[in-house]
Amino acid sequence: MIALTSASQSPLARRGRLRRALRKIGFWLSVVVIVSPAVMVFLWMLSLSLKNEIDNLAYPPVFIPSPPTLSNFVQVFADNSMGLYFWNSVVVSGLGTLIALLVGIPAGYGIARAQAHKLTVMILIARMTPALSYLIPLFTVFQFLGLNNTLTALVIAHLVITVPIVVYIMAGYFETLPRELEEAALIDGGSVWTTFRYVALPLARPGIVVGTILSFIFSWNNFVFGAVLAGRATRTLPAAVYNVLTFEQLAWGPLAAAALVVTIPVLLLTIVIQKEIVVGMTAGGVKGA
Amino acid sequence: MNSVSTARPGFLARRQRSYVLFIVPALMVVGAVIIFPWLFTLWMSAFDWKIGSTPHFVGADNYVKLATNTRFHEAVAHTLYFTVLAVIFPLIFGIVAALIFHREFPFRGVLRSIFTMPMMATPVAVALVWTMMFHPQQGVLNYLLSLIGLPPSLWVYSPTLVIPSLVLVEIWHWTPLVMLIVLGGLAALPIEPYESARLDGASEWQLFRYITFPLVAPFIVVAAVIRTIDAIKAFDTIYVISQGGPGTASETINLYLYLQAFAFYNVGNASAVVVVFFALILALAMLLLYVRQRTKWT
Repeated sequence: MIALTSASQSPLARRGRLRRALRKIGFWLSVVVIVSPAVMVFLWMLSLSLKNEIDNLAYPPVFIPSPPTLSNFVQVFADNSMGLYFWNSVVVSGLGTLIALLVGIPAGYGIARAQAHKLTVMILIARMTPALSYLIPLFTVFQFLGLNNTLTALVIAHLVITVPIVVYIMAGYFETLPRELEEAALIDGGSVWTTFRYVALPLARPGIVVGTILSFIFSWNNFVFGAVLAGRATRTLPAAVYNVLTFEQLAWGPLAAAALVVTIPVLLLTIVIQKEIVVGMTAGGVKGA
Repeated sequence: MNSVSTARPGFLARRQRSYVLFIVPALMVVGAVIIFPWLFTLWMSAFDWKIGSTPHFVGADNYVKLATNTRFHEAVAHTLYFTVLAVIFPLIFGIVAALIFHREFPFRGVLRSIFTMPMMATPVAVALVWTMMFHPQQGVLNYLLSLIGLPPSLWVYSPTLVIPSLVLVEIWHWTPLVMLIVLGGLAALPIEPYESARLDGASEWQLFRYITFPLVAPFIVVAAVIRTIDAIKAFDTIYVISQGGPGTASETINLYLYLQAFAFYNVGNASAVVVVFFALILALAMLLLYVRQRTKWT
């Protein structure tokens, strides 16, 4: 009797197990399909940067560099002053972010505590405006002031990117901080400034980290300000990668190496703030309106 | 906070004023680099203004000329075509990806991080690699097509395929953002409706169609708004990959704008384009925000 029931159940059970296995395979297949384009493009970038020019132009394409060579990287740093452009980018994004933090952290605090949420609508509008629409008036004014081709002009222009994002992130972060501690400090006779400086600011450190990194990334990734406002010696990395390398030498290896040099710092920073990225990327879109 | 304000209104009013002082430095910077350029753009758009020569006041002339400028009209059409494709496809793929990443599976965190990498990568760097991949002779994409038995494509070198090819880059670049936004919506879903629907014998598709989709719809609309704004403003990848070509086949408003301003230094005309462009973006954003209101989400 027992033998009979188990015998009649087993094909059913086997079919169920088979279906589950098929579903699992189908699921993993869809995971692979959806993740592979991201992986492939970056691996291809890496592959191009590590191959010599003959392999890069071979058809069918050579996928695995053999032997891998660092000569492309050496070439972009030695012959194309990538080091200088890298430094320019660090200065422009660094100073742009620093100024944004100096004015943006207090502003975020003020907006959060004075409940001036209308101001965040500004952030939405600023996000909607094409970068070129800032660039044309700024270019005209810098031309008049003789500031074009200077790092100063670039830093000022990058404030268009860095200030709104820092204000937005900080206003959102200060909103989440409990007010009780600040109330206590105020009642104990602290001024609004000392309360901000010694109570709220230390608590806001995680928000400041996110704001700093996002501001730096957005500024670092910007191409068009550098392409228009910078001179030969003041180009930021993205502008240099496009202007200098594309026109002076069309070789793929060095181009891919340069592209990788631009992107790697950003990808590393991204890992630090994985969870908060979406907040920054949607700035103004979710909360603002 | 509220109890304090009712008890001591004077105290609060004094504090409100000092909080405003916190905002002043940022307002000054925003005024200088954001508000002033807006107003200056409006001002310049009323002049025949070329860098290096004396501006002449022309009133609405720049706008009148735009109304009959066929190249500008084509740029508007290219922009809308590009935007529609670059919103719809990332939305579809982003929703599918979000449904996948919403489930528990091994290495989910790592795979999700890898999946979101394109979104943060420097657009110019990404564009350079895609330029090489699109190459008709040595490009890896045509090799991949040949592997599955398809004929090679001209990609961005074909006037008819250039915009869809650029959209392909856009899909690759921005699907992760849609995925993250929708994933945020999925994470906030209640469990109860699913349990009772399952008890009533609902299928997986019905669960998605009648419970998941309506509840996540507001997040999809947010993703659509952001995607529309970003797609309409797309510049870096188009400029690097096709420069608006071949001919003017992929010249969007932004590309036309760039050319007018920084190749011909015709900043008066370019400013008028900016104003029209901004009105277009605003109109589209309003339309989508209206839709968002209709989806009843605050």
